[in-house]
Amino acid sequence: MVLKAFFPTCCASADSGLLVGRWVPEQNSAVILAVVHFPFIPIQVKKLLAQVQKASQVQVAVLGTWCHRQQEPEENMGHFLEGLGAIFSHDPWLQLCRERGTRFWSCKATYHQMSTNLGTPTEDQVMLIFYDQRKLLLSWLHPPAVLPGCQDGETTASTGGLADIFDTVARSEVLFQNDQFDEGPVRLSHWQSDGMEASILVELAKRASGPVCLLLASLLSLLSAASASWLWKLWPLSFIRSKLSTCEQLWHRLKHLSLIFSTEKAQNPMQLMRKANMLVSVLLDVALGLLLLSWLHSNNRIGQLANALVPVADRVAEELQHLLQWLMGAPAGLKMNRALDQVLGRFFLYHIHLWISYIHLMSPFIEHILWHVGLSACLGLTVALSILSDIIALLTFHIYCFYVYGARLYCLKIYGLSSLWRLFRGKKWNVLRQRVDSCSYDLDQLFIGTLLFTILIFLLPTTALYYLVFTLLRLLVITVQGLIHLLVDLINSLPLYSLGLRLCRPYRLAAGVKFRVLEQEAGRPLRLLMQINPLPYSHVVHTYRLPSSGCHPKHSWGSLCRKLFFGELIYPWRQREDKQD
Amino acid sequence: MEDEKSFSDICGGRVVLRRRYYSPYCREFGLSSARLSLRSLTAVTCAVWLAAYGLFTLCENSMILSAAIFITIIGLLGYLHFVKIDQETLLIIDSLGIQMTSSYASGKESTTFIEMDKVKDVIINEAIYMQKVIYYLCILLKDPGKPHEISQVVPVFQSAKPRLDCLIEVYRSCQEILAHQKATSASP
Repeated sequence: MVLKAFFPTCCASADSGLLVGRWVPEQNSAVILAVVHFPFIPIQVKKLLAQVQKASQVQVAVLGTWCHRQQEPEENMGHFLEGLGAIFSHDPWLQLCRERGTRFWSCKATYHQMSTNLGTPTEDQVMLIFYDQRKLLLSWLHPPAVLPGCQDGETTASTGGLADIFDTVARSEVLFQNDQFDEGPVRLSHWQSDGMEASILVELAKRASGPVCLLLASLLSLLSAASASWLWKLWPLSFIRSKLSTCEQLWHRLKHLSLIFSTEKAQNPMQLMRKANMLVSVLLDVALGLLLLSWLHSNNRIGQLANALVPVADRVAEELQHLLQWLMGAPAGLKMNRALDQVLGRFFLYHIHLWISYIHLMSPFIEHILWHVGLSACLGLTVALSILSDIIALLTFHIYCFYVYGARLYCLKIYGLSSLWRLFRGKKWNVLRQRVDSCSYDLDQLFIGTLLFTILIFLLPTTALYYLVFTLLRLLVITVQGLIHLLVDLINSLPLYSLGLRLCRPYRLAAGVKFRVLEQEAGRPLRLLMQINPLPYSHVVHTYRLPSSGCHPKHSWGSLCRKLFFGELIYPWRQREDKQD
Repeated sequence: MEDEKSFSDICGGRVVLRRRYYSPYCREFGLSSARLSLRSLTAVTCAVWLAAYGLFTLCENSMILSAAIFITIIGLLGYLHFVKIDQETLLIIDSLGIQMTSSYASGKESTTFIEMDKVKDVIINEAIYMQKVIYYLCILLKDPGKPHEISQVVPVFQSAKPRLDCLIEVYRSCQEILAHQKATSASP
């Protein structure tokens, strides 16, 4: 099998020395991590490798020699390098060589163990694969090939060819701690040998985050304790709390914040990304909310809004009254049952009259209420949108009431009709067996049943029309509220940090690798460049999506139509009660 | 070693197969289909603008014309970047894996790499496509834990859709490399 040598691009211009890395026998590949330069003492090299092996659980060893010829080929250098093979015995022993100024390399791998039965050390073909050490170190492979049982501390079996390479480089960070300015016994060459890179701001933030997290975590835990107290479980408050989406959104945000500022460190990259996504989402939310706040409070927009609200509510009520007058007449040319029509129409008109009186009663206080509610936008745009959704729900409460009345009436009628239809055919619903059975009725039962059936069926068009109209209005209101909730959900669950990372540092999120064949010369070993294949945007969103607060419609279209037909009440979203622990 | 040969695809169009043998165990096959022709581009643009002009004479709103221009430009950019594949490449490297690259007309490249552990075989399969029965080359994948089951079928050259003669050339080369890989991996 061809021997694959993974060589870091940063070492391609380094001086001659020893190759240090890990040998993976299952894939016949050598992952070269660093180059040890002359002069060195073999004992100290071995000590360093033992230290690294203990610290990182990676089997680093000396894999071979690296020769970067400056001038004419030197014969004694060649013998010296071969002599090193005796000191650091490794099977196979790699010998990579590069002429200065050319792009072509020569590679040789000799197996010593096989030579016992063959007599001479056998050589094998070598394939050079260049990789960017820094990018490979920083990237995370998706899907993570770590099996559920393996932790970081154990030495993993080869989980997959490439995942192994990523894993090896990532865990050998200890080897890259020494740079050329350190006065150590051994001089290494790797991606950080020109000096460790770090950012002052990041280090300062890391130091400051400890006490800040502690303080905020304690504050947030106080808040959570207060909101989870028994006071909220009493009847009126728990009912209001379950119906208002604002409370749900605030609770959701509180949970996010407590997760971000919790004092325990993230265990794996997935948790770290989740924390970062939540933080960016909260920050964006608050920024957009503050923008909205400044827009609302400028130019006395709140006053304008308050002044416009009451006429709008009046207008809506007026339109409803016109609608009811139209229904009480001959709507769309249909002929209604006059008496029932008048009763229903007057009933709903009286409701609207009550509603208008309440709105007019509240009108002096609307501006103050709106001003204080507008302040809540500083908690985030999502909170402001939830409050808007709740205000719409409150303002269209009469439409909801009408829908419930119409639905209940229609539902009663439909059930009555179906039961009497069964009586018509001489059958009965058996509650015990949950099926339709035949039944013999008395004559007077049949007579009354048929009479009632006729009455109900002739009153059906009127009730059905009222039900249809109010259901359509209710569905309209639900659609508007649903759109607002969709927007809130989007802001809540979009992983902005991951998307930004994919845009600016695509090598961090890797879906795999891609190879490019470099310039080739006959007789020379094959050279490939291994680059990171970044994750597509759709996969990024899918993998790192934050869990939303779960207010999704539970019905499929089929069950929705069925419920509408039978007059059962539809609740567009159920607040999940079990999320309050 | 590099050579080029012209074949035809299932619709009768011309595709060019370019073979490069980098080494005995590393081969690359590139299939380029015809580029976007000026004739079809002009036809589509004229059709869209005629329709927009017809709507404009009906509605007397000049926004329709600007919208039509906007739609044409955005549509063309979207087509070049997301739909029109100019070249598909199959790179097969012994003991490493198989890599498939699609290059779009706008220059975007999308690459998939499959490790050799996961590759079971490369075969030519038949399929019913619209009203035709066509041959296509595909890679059978296996789960390393269950070597006798086929976990996935990955078709290759989906956009160029060459005919059987072209597929046979690629198939023979791939089978040589796979046979060599199986032979060397069987022995330690």
